[in-house]
Amino acid sequence: MSPPAFTTSRVDLELIATMIEPGSRVLDVGCGDGELLALLAHTKNVDGRGVELSQEGVNACVARGLSVIQGDADADLRDYPDNGFDYVILSQTIQATRNPREVLRQMKRIGKRAVISFPNFGNWKVRLQLLVLGRMPETRSLGYSWYDTPNIHLCTVRDFVYLCDELALQIDEAVNVTGDRAWKIGRPGHIVNLIADEAVFLLSDKR
Amino acid sequence: MSETDQNARPEGHDGATIPAGAGRQTMTFGPEAPLRLDSGKALSPFTIAYETYGRLNADRSNAVLVCHALTGDQFVASTNPATGKPGWWPMMVGPGKPIDTDRFFVICQNVIGGCMGTTGPMDINPATGQPYGLSFPVITIGDMVRAQAMLVDRLGIDDLFCVIGGSMGGMQTLQWATAYPGRVHSAIPIATAARHSAQNIAFHEVGRQAIMADPEWRSGNYIAEKTSPSKGLAVARMAAHITYLSEAALHRKFGRNLQDREAVGYGFDADFQIESYLRYQGSAFVERFDANSYLFITRAMDYFDIAAEHDGVLAKAFAGTRTRFCVVSFTSDWLFPTSDNRQIVHALNAAAANVSFVEINTDKGHDAFLLDEPEMFSTLRGFIDSAAQKRGLTK
Repeated sequence: MSPPAFTTSRVDLELIATMIEPGSRVLDVGCGDGELLALLAHTKNVDGRGVELSQEGVNACVARGLSVIQGDADADLRDYPDNGFDYVILSQTIQATRNPREVLRQMKRIGKRAVISFPNFGNWKVRLQLLVLGRMPETRSLGYSWYDTPNIHLCTVRDFVYLCDELALQIDEAVNVTGDRAWKIGRPGHIVNLIADEAVFLLSDKR
Repeated sequence: MSETDQNARPEGHDGATIPAGAGRQTMTFGPEAPLRLDSGKALSPFTIAYETYGRLNADRSNAVLVCHALTGDQFVASTNPATGKPGWWPMMVGPGKPIDTDRFFVICQNVIGGCMGTTGPMDINPATGQPYGLSFPVITIGDMVRAQAMLVDRLGIDDLFCVIGGSMGGMQTLQWATAYPGRVHSAIPIATAARHSAQNIAFHEVGRQAIMADPEWRSGNYIAEKTSPSKGLAVARMAAHITYLSEAALHRKFGRNLQDREAVGYGFDADFQIESYLRYQGSAFVERFDANSYLFITRAMDYFDIAAEHDGVLAKAFAGTRTRFCVVSFTSDWLFPTSDNRQIVHALNAAAANVSFVEINTDKGHDAFLLDEPEMFSTLRGFIDSAAQKRGLTK
């Protein structure tokens, strides 16, 4: 593949890229127009595959030489063989899946490690909007009205940590994203849950 | 020309054709090289008619095999001498097209059982001195591909850079990728299936029965008896043609519009434009296609079921494959619907294969693969370019 032209607009994509070992096999679920896959192919020489729901996204990916299929996280992960990938990535997508718990289980089965980023519904601005205004929160990470949002399964950072425990997923790395700043954290607690706009997790099987 | 007659194509597309390399090429395989058939029989001698475009490079690594559909032929990008019409895939194959003949060596063969120069039921059976007719052996998609591989061998090509085809051409593409996995660098099955569905077998049976019900068919001996089952073949084509389109496209093109009249005629003339159109499709088809070929080739498609040869598990057929796949389907295709194509994709994923898959939004039905679908061309251009770079083929 020629070095595809790319610009990364989302902080979490660059963060995710730092978590990926060079030359590994990567599946990006909900890969959009292939921005992250192109970045990883260019900077990490990964063997990348993608799954994307929109036809425009898939066409853009295949046209730039990426191996991407039209499908969605809820329906299409079960076809993949166990441990077929070094990393399965789900960036800003888990909150839009019908069954996030099952998606996470499938990611654990397919990949040796999972990388997940999502908006934090526990952020203080979100809490305040609901508490003070009594309205469904709209923030930079959650830019939709309640009636047109694709985000049907929002969670807080703490909710996510509990789900990882339940699924025996080990948190190898966690990154707090607040505004344009990002820093590594240990096991996220109440403070992170208040200040994080988004969080990025690197997970592995607890065996 | 493939599924749809040229006249059904949108106007204004680039009809330019390329002169074929040597043109009108044939290769004959004598008694020393019989074609071993899935039925257990052998076909010998036999001839394959094919066309080539572009130049084979020194490494012999830039060969692309284009597989034609049920009623197609080898004239993918050059004028068909029988009909005088331009090649059937001018927007896909040619200089600067996604399958760039300035860059690739393109081969297109008429399938075994066909009627455009490759040995088929209208040819003379050397054992009897009469046309084969129904004594031609029943062939399969596997047999077609085995014959193609023999020609590719004779051309001195070890492995193909790409095998591509739509509909029955897609079946051949899948057969190539599973029967000769080491010889296919990339594969593009379009609007196809890993097995022919019950509904599609049913449509084929209607067509065959229409042919066999024509008294001029004469149990398949119409050539010797100097008759022509053109009515039966035309009806078969009319029925099949409906399956290549979509309800939306038919409505858009014809609606309930009347043909050259102000009111319905209270009779059975072609009152409606759609009737007139189908009649034209039927009569144009019989000019260029052999009725017995139609029987044998539809039968080959009916028998197609890749998983059946792999314990019923399609993913096993692709186990360990290193071929890069790009599967394409169309939203309004009800003959080979997206679900059929997605089954191929699921199996490839289960085999951890390198696969891309796009469903193109169109109302043009199954025939969309032959038509001007810019999304398909841009997707395939990207796929082919990146596969070519992986193979070290420079522009």
